[in-house]
Amino acid sequence: MIDTPVWVQVVYLVAAVCFILALKGLSSPKHARAGNLLGAVGAVMACVVVFFYAELDHLVPILVAIAVGTVVGVVGAQRVQMTQMPQLVALFNGVGGGAAALVALLELADMVEGDHGEFALAATAFTIVVGSVSFAGSMVTFAKLQELMTSRPVLFPGLPVLFGGGLLVAVALSVMTVTSTAVWIGIVLALVGLLLGVLLVLPVGGADVPIVISLLNAFTGLTVAAGGYVLGNTVLLVAGTLVGASGTFLTKLMAAAMGRSVGNILFGALKGGSTLGAGEASDRPVRSGGPEDVAILLGYAHKVIIVPGYGLAVAQAQHTLRELVDVLGERGIAVDYAIHPVAGRMPGHMNVLLAEAQVPYDQLKEMDDINGDFRQTDVVLVVGANDVVNPAAKTSPGAPIYGMPILNADEAQQIVFMKRSMRPGFAGIENELLFDPKTTLLFGDAKDSLGKLLSAVKAL
Amino acid sequence: MSEPIVWLTIFTLSVFVGIEVISKVSSTLHTPLMSGANAIHGIILLGAILVTGYAESMVALVVGLVAVVLATVNMVGGFVVTDRMLQMFRPRRPVAKADQDGAPR
Repeated sequence: MIDTPVWVQVVYLVAAVCFILALKGLSSPKHARAGNLLGAVGAVMACVVVFFYAELDHLVPILVAIAVGTVVGVVGAQRVQMTQMPQLVALFNGVGGGAAALVALLELADMVEGDHGEFALAATAFTIVVGSVSFAGSMVTFAKLQELMTSRPVLFPGLPVLFGGGLLVAVALSVMTVTSTAVWIGIVLALVGLLLGVLLVLPVGGADVPIVISLLNAFTGLTVAAGGYVLGNTVLLVAGTLVGASGTFLTKLMAAAMGRSVGNILFGALKGGSTLGAGEASDRPVRSGGPEDVAILLGYAHKVIIVPGYGLAVAQAQHTLRELVDVLGERGIAVDYAIHPVAGRMPGHMNVLLAEAQVPYDQLKEMDDINGDFRQTDVVLVVGANDVVNPAAKTSPGAPIYGMPILNADEAQQIVFMKRSMRPGFAGIENELLFDPKTTLLFGDAKDSLGKLLSAVKAL
Repeated sequence: MSEPIVWLTIFTLSVFVGIEVISKVSSTLHTPLMSGANAIHGIILLGAILVTGYAESMVALVVGLVAVVLATVNMVGGFVVTDRMLQMFRPRRPVAKADQDGAPR
């Protein structure tokens, strides 16, 4: 390899600054889109300059490979439904981790001869094993979210032993990579990494999988950073480290929003405290109403808060809901959406889904901002959500969701639940709020019910 | 620039920058942020291009090309899908309630 000229180093520096500003921009709704575009500019810039200085062979196959990847990426990104966003992010993350592991394997093959220093060899081993973990783990999360396999925690006797053993083998092989470098060790290391990735994600329950995607995203970032060190490339190091650090931090934020620790999410099921409960319907008596009853409740309220959940998105009812809110707004009723941080399948997912239905983001209120308002609210309309308003999070220390911050829907004057059935939510526990005297249930498919509710409100 | 300590310095500073820039993110944007960060590590494409361009055997070339395809999917797909998500975020009226933008949590 030839040395990187100074002007290229400068371009790399500019690209690195682009990435920092991209992450900064992505943190605020106003600048998010510009930030993302800036990140793309930086990435393209860094990748283009390589062709001008590096005196590469195999240019045609490389360009063809880039073209293929671009087509696959763009088509995938354009076709995906917003409800399937978590799966797609998992998939993109996985292939990135896989690419990093392959790059490191090729580097290792070059390092067999000559003295390359123990740091570079250790970083190569790290890239291979963590990249493989990220690849395999992401594929399992994809399968869980796409429901190609059960989304319940998968446990088998000896899993912790196998996982622990795998970790030890990975460490031993990494040490061997440094002391007696050989390609076969790298290949075995990659295979062990794949096994570890699968074992890491199998015991995680469906509701927690998005947190794991975020964690694996951070893993891939660190992998890329290590790869940057191996290749002597600053932009890879900076970009990878940025993603690794911010991804780890984001994972902690998300876990905190669910009132859990990252350790508990990863290994909770191993300790017996399954993250998914019974999933059985209850036969306790509830008060159910028809669309007309609910329309009267809503139509003569002064203040209404909507609590949307994943059920809304599954029924593709966001647009109907927005119409309903518009009609209520025309009647002079103050309507807000209360968004729990983990509403939907992934933290922030609900915001994306509602944005797709052209709900303005300033109507979407975060939990901390709106929780004080429930007391003065006439009607709370819970659409396809359950666990995020379950008072058990505050009152029953034994519940799997105990400690998770919830929306204080129970403080409102009236609560309306739109549900398909009495089946519990993701957490698999009963919701006392359903049996509260203030609560009315409107059974049926969310889209269907919202449509009926909409015409009933219009008819008032 | 090749001494490990210089790299360690860059790494350490980048860790702090990475945490600092997103520390005030509102939960509204967790999904696009995750997706955007995901696209940024697609920069491994740069590494994949380099190792493939210097490949000396058929096996290395094929492995390298696979890495190039995967990394491109990560990078291009990641940025496109993030943009698709973000173009849907828009305020109700251009000037209304500007004070609520980026409200701290």
